[in-house]
Amino acid sequence: MVTKALLAVFKKDIALAYRQIAELMQPLMFFVLVITLFPLAVGPSPETLQRIGGGVIWVAAILSLLLGMERLFRDDFADGTLEQYILSPIPLYLIVVVKVLTHWLMHIVPLFLISPLLALFLNLSVDMYVALMLTLLLGTPLISFVGAIGVALTVGLHRGGVLLALLLIPIFIPLLIFATSAIESASMLLPYQPQLAIIGAMLLFSVALSPMAIAYSLKVSQS
Amino acid sequence: MWKWINSFAKPEKAHWLATVLIPWFAVVAIVSLIVGITWGLGFAPPDYQQGDSFRIIYIHVPSAILAMGAYVAMAVGALVGIVWQWRTAFMFMIAIAPVGAVMTFISLFTGSFWGKPMWGTWWIWDARLTSQLILLFLYLGVIALYSAFDDKQQAGKASGVMAMVGVINIPIIHYSVEWWNTLHQGATITKIGKPSIAPDMLWPLLICIVGFAAFIGWVTLIRMKNEIVIRDMHRPWVAKMFGVVTPQKLRRSDKILGGTAQTSEQREAK
Repeated sequence: MVTKALLAVFKKDIALAYRQIAELMQPLMFFVLVITLFPLAVGPSPETLQRIGGGVIWVAAILSLLLGMERLFRDDFADGTLEQYILSPIPLYLIVVVKVLTHWLMHIVPLFLISPLLALFLNLSVDMYVALMLTLLLGTPLISFVGAIGVALTVGLHRGGVLLALLLIPIFIPLLIFATSAIESASMLLPYQPQLAIIGAMLLFSVALSPMAIAYSLKVSQS
Repeated sequence: MWKWINSFAKPEKAHWLATVLIPWFAVVAIVSLIVGITWGLGFAPPDYQQGDSFRIIYIHVPSAILAMGAYVAMAVGALVGIVWQWRTAFMFMIAIAPVGAVMTFISLFTGSFWGKPMWGTWWIWDARLTSQLILLFLYLGVIALYSAFDDKQQAGKASGVMAMVGVINIPIIHYSVEWWNTLHQGATITKIGKPSIAPDMLWPLLICIVGFAAFIGWVTLIRMKNEIVIRDMHRPWVAKMFGVVTPQKLRRSDKILGGTAQTSEQREAK
């Protein structure tokens, strides 16, 4: 029964996301626009862009994911579905895991599809591009899981958007450091597995613990 | 024993405890701050390399250590509040948060003034400076989240979760920035056995740390007492404590405490 219910939640979220495709595209547009600003601001020389490229993409990815994350629980909160999730016999933290994973999938796939273009914009080498993809693959679920705690806490507030960024950006600093350091190592053709391993460890840690925190926060917000 | 500890979950008992403890914290804070700072600034020998400008250590190091200590205390308060549903634990949490934030700010400010003559720059993206700055942001996040809620009980729970997420993150942030970049000198007093600071300089520093800790406790307890009274204004025990019987008196005490929410209700009851 649990699997069936979770599958239903997954299908519902996918369907809802695809029916609001415009809203799904907004964070992606934001991502591309932020990255476009950097060559204009720091000058178009290929060496400069290559040096800052990995960091720029990561900062833009964090900001755009934060933007998209705001609506993770908002609709469910507004129409009362969340209340039903809390009351249902299915453990809330499992539902939360499914919701976060679905949301991540819906936001990360377009980001991956558009990333070769951005690598071209910022003059990344092939090694840097591979490292960027790997760090994004390991790092963005971490953003989703940890970020969902903040989303769950602010879901009941009317002016939650900026507050969400204030709460979460400091938390993502370690991830940013390790991800950009991996890309930098890749640009010098050095091994970057240690950084990936650390990001992976942080990801596993957050996947294990954050669903509990998200479920608790949702209950606090609902009360 | 457990029952005895649990009795402090009641606001009136916590208020009483704070009233009892405040003079002790105040005495320890005043005495050790006067002794420590006078000794440190006036009588400790100057450093052979940094001269007299090293003396800012007597403000900088205690505030930096206790900024982190206050964060841990805040997170412990949050944990107690969430696990055992103590209202007073959340009140403690929000009482200590601004105090800790100010301590973090003091450590950044004095560090900046120490950095100018020693490193030749006000600010540098060194590991410890960066992690202290992030600590300040974490404090501000908790305070901002708390003030965003109208229902203060809900606010306490929400910012408690945030404080706990932050406390798990502090070591990760600390080591990641350390790995990222470092210029700051290593720890001086925590090297057990053989501290790399002369005893003449160490003693005033330790006294200063005790003084700062007691000072934080003092201010926090005063803030917590205020918080308890404001939140429990409509409860009989507060009315009894302030001897409020007539509406005139009630209004006056309200003005002192800066709250108005319960006044009209009480007035209707009359």
